[in-house]
Amino acid sequence: MPRELLEKTGVTLRDAVADDAVAGVSPRWVALPETVEEVSAVLRACAEGDLALTPAGGGTKLHWGAPPERCDVLLDLCCLNEVLEHAAGDLVVRVQAGVTMGALAGALAAEGQELALDAPPEATVGGTLATAACGPRAFRYGAPRDLLIGVTVVLADGTVARSGGKVVKNVAGYDLGKLFTGSYGTLGVIAEAAFRLHPLPPARRWLVVADAARPRELAAALAASQAEPSAVELDRPGPGAPATMAALVEGTAAEERARVLRDAVGTGEVSPEPPAWWDAPPYEEVLVEARFVPSALDGVLAAADAHALRLRGSPVSGRLRLSPAGEISEERLAAAVAALRERAHAVIVLAAPYEGVDRWGPVGALPLMRRVKQQFDPGRRMSPGRFAGGI
Amino acid sequence: MIPSPPPSIAPLTAALRSALPGDSVITDPVRLRTYECDGLTHHRAVPAVVVLPETAEQVARVVRLCNEHGVPFVARGSGTGLSGGALPREDGVLIVTSKMRRILEIDLPDRRAVVEPGVTNLAVTEAVRDRGHYYAPDPSSQQVCSIGGNVAENSGGAHCLKYGFTVNHVEACEIVTPDGDLVRLDRMDPGYDLLGAFVGSEGTLGIATKVTVRLSRAPEAVTTVLAAFRSIEEGGRAVSAIIGAGIVPAAIEMMDALAIEAAEAAVACSYPAGAGAVLIVELDGPATEVEAQFARLRELCSGAFELRVAADAAERAAVWKGRRSAFAAVGRISPAYIVQDGVVPRTSLPRVLAAIDRLSAEHGIRVANVFHAGDGNLHPLVLFDDAEPGAGERAEVVSGAILDLCVEHGGSITGEHGVGVDKARYMPKMFTGDDLDTMQLVRCAFDPRGLSNPGKVFPTPRLCGEVPGVRKGVHPLVESGKAEQF
Ligand SMILES: Cc1cc2nc3c(=O)[nH]c(=O)nc-3n(C[C@H](O)[C@H](O)[C@H](O)COP(=O)(O)OP(=O)(O)OC[C@H]3O[C@@H](n4cnc5c(N)ncnc54)[C@H](O)[C@@H]3O)c2cc1C
Ligand SMILES: Cc1cc2nc3c(=O)[nH]c(=O)nc-3n(C[C@H](O)[C@H](O)[C@H](O)COP(=O)(O)OP(=O)(O)OC[C@H]3O[C@@H](n4cnc5c(N)ncnc54)[C@H](O)[C@@H]3O)c2cc1C
Repeated sequence: MPRELLEKTGVTLRDAVADDAVAGVSPRWVALPETVEEVSAVLRACAEGDLALTPAGGGTKLHWGAPPERCDVLLDLCCLNEVLEHAAGDLVVRVQAGVTMGALAGALAAEGQELALDAPPEATVGGTLATAACGPRAFRYGAPRDLLIGVTVVLADGTVARSGGKVVKNVAGYDLGKLFTGSYGTLGVIAEAAFRLHPLPPARRWLVVADAARPRELAAALAASQAEPSAVELDRPGPGAPATMAALVEGTAAEERARVLRDAVGTGEVSPEPPAWWDAPPYEEVLVEARFVPSALDGVLAAADAHALRLRGSPVSGRLRLSPAGEISEERLAAAVAALRERAHAVIVLAAPYEGVDRWGPVGALPLMRRVKQQFDPGRRMSPGRFAGGI
Repeated sequence: MIPSPPPSIAPLTAALRSALPGDSVITDPVRLRTYECDGLTHHRAVPAVVVLPETAEQVARVVRLCNEHGVPFVARGSGTGLSGGALPREDGVLIVTSKMRRILEIDLPDRRAVVEPGVTNLAVTEAVRDRGHYYAPDPSSQQVCSIGGNVAENSGGAHCLKYGFTVNHVEACEIVTPDGDLVRLDRMDPGYDLLGAFVGSEGTLGIATKVTVRLSRAPEAVTTVLAAFRSIEEGGRAVSAIIGAGIVPAAIEMMDALAIEAAEAAVACSYPAGAGAVLIVELDGPATEVEAQFARLRELCSGAFELRVAADAAERAAVWKGRRSAFAAVGRISPAYIVQDGVVPRTSLPRVLAAIDRLSAEHGIRVANVFHAGDGNLHPLVLFDDAEPGAGERAEVVSGAILDLCVEHGGSITGEHGVGVDKARYMPKMFTGDDLDTMQLVRCAFDPRGLSNPGKVFPTPRLCGEVPGVRKGVHPLVESGKAEQF
């Protein structure tokens, strides 16, 4: 029966295989819609048959978050892959959610522009928004939600709704884009998105400080510099290992500004190339994100050391990704996370093969979040249980 | 005669009096009058009661009492809003934040400040300017408008072209939810981005009682240029050329001949005579970068018949003087006017301006144009003589038709002044019923009983279905806005 409901939509359907599992939970079918209307048709069919579904973009981060309570359909958005409109003169682009960040970057670069998000090229626009993953340059350009100016979403009952638009300045109505950014597919499907773009910088330089003693002071000096770095990243490949810090400067006068930066902090090499670890995703089995105010860095580093974690991320935005140097048991992971939670504002276990670990920690405003979920997805069909507080 | 408050409010008033310090509850009709409108003065309503709470706890108490009595409430900051967002309810309570004006914390190493909602926008910058920092969003009303109002409206300013709007500079808010709970929304928190949804919700999702704003480092160099063009078309071409060259100035502002005339009459800003349009372009950032961009800018503005470069802060202020005074200045050349706020994609500016010209000629109504040209945010000032019969109506028609133009060109009915009561009826031009119903799901989650600033933003309220049970004993951690362990 459910299968017939799905087939009736006319949307391409196939049986799921082992590879389609969402954090270990195997769906029964994979639906491959090609238009927003088809997404809506699939969601209506799921509503009729009470089928649970999980949206997927590139499928690179389906193991992030808790396993869903149930998953009948994997909604693969790979065929929604059109760049709908690139208004270069307006520094705005509208895309479908299945467009990969790499394809989008290529299209934009042809006009000398970029979407300043630093996402991996194989990730999709929808997946990048749904996970709200931040890259190094979030320090200057903001997180995905800050560059998003409009969205089209499809709700669990098939309703297609839009908010924002395709102009950078717009305060008409509530901003659903912000709400859906970081919602891990639990409120509905992101079908289309419009972004604010930036001109590609004429030049880039990195100031690399190989052995960054006193990283908090160094990061603070770099962040406060009027040479205005776009990003400051810290890499520590193992507990107790020396930390490397690198600052990215972008612009016409990048070389000169990087030297100003070096003179200001009195150390480091200026390079036209990033250090090898820059922006390279660790893709670990176990990955934890710590968020904190920059002055809390020392405490976070000490906790990472004590629990043998390596780390990389932005000491100036207050966001580090940490993973164990080798295998880690559930108990030891839980202890490490608990120690980090004493030092950081929030610690999220992005990926871990363990069911027992508290992935989100304390969640402020959880009652309100539950009410939002209840309004958007009263039938709990959208990736149920994947998100904070069992949402 | 001023009507006395409806009798139904009396029990609530009594409860408010016992819950708040004596001088914090206003029912005197003459004093109530002073709150009857915000910056949009043609919508007026005298509130039944005004309260002036001094703490977040007191705001929460007021909201809980409103809930108990089923009475709507409206928040008000400085009342400079231009869309009637703070228009009171005659049957409701107006919660004014003017006694909540403390800057609670300044943390320069982490580049943040925690302020109460009644603190003015400029006060934040003034508190940190001497230490090389500032608060980036800079609405023209910044001397007066409150941070709480800025959060509610997601206010912008001339410099938001490069630096973004209020929402991009708010790190956390403590809010009183529409059912009277104190909750903290923080950008760093896991879970849904409720902070992002709250900013710009125009007081309909609760009341901000504490705001953590991000402070920005002052740029090393600032160069301000005034470029005068013979026509608005030539000015528009220069704007496109600047953006096309990959330059993102801190601000690009434009004024047309009529707006210049008004500014001259009001503040004698001495802009170049005979200009059909002036552009104000401000570049900021590292000195080397600004220098390179300025060299480029000169070439790109080659169509200008005069180019002035401000040499110091005083000259910069002189350049900005005309622009900053523009709204009020049109009072010098017209007895009455409507301040409009709409957005179009920047590349449609020339077509839209030409269409506004046609509208103006057709209806015999003058329109002065002042705008944030960099992001396509128009502020047409629709001028009329309120003594002339029918002129007000014609001005309304022109003003409304300008919004239609914005929507037709893929823009928005408001770029920064908000929807409020004034534009709720235009929302269906921009959004479908499904769009508006979906937005109101958020409203239903926060405010199922529809007590927080009802009648604003949405033309028709959505029925929220089952109202979640009012919680009795709130967990102390949740109460303090900290969290709930899960
Ligand atoms: C700078 C940077 C560095 C990164 N580094 C790493 C790293 O080191 N390691 C790492 O593992 N990852 C990293 N990521 C994160 C990863 O790239 C993103 O999470 C990614 O964008 C996921 O894209 P995807 O298309 O593969 O999504 P998927 O894996 O398909 O989906 C991810 C989640 O989003 C939901 N989703 C997907 N599409 C939609 C949609 N259209 N509507 C609603 N929900 C949807 C899914 O249900 C799922 O919960 C990094 C990202 C950035 C920006
Ligand atoms: C001359 C002039 C120039 C202006 N220039 C600009 C400009 O450049 N850019 C711009 O964006 N705006 C501008 N404005 C509009 C206005 O100043 C802004 O919207 C401002 O943010 C309103 O702040 P306020 O404190 O006066 O709010 P109010 O007018 O008191 O209230 C505005 C809205 O906010 C709500 N509100 C107030 N406080 C709170 C709170 N603590 N919690 C929740 N909701 C609350 C109210 O209910 C209402 O809906 C201008 C206005 C004038 C008169």
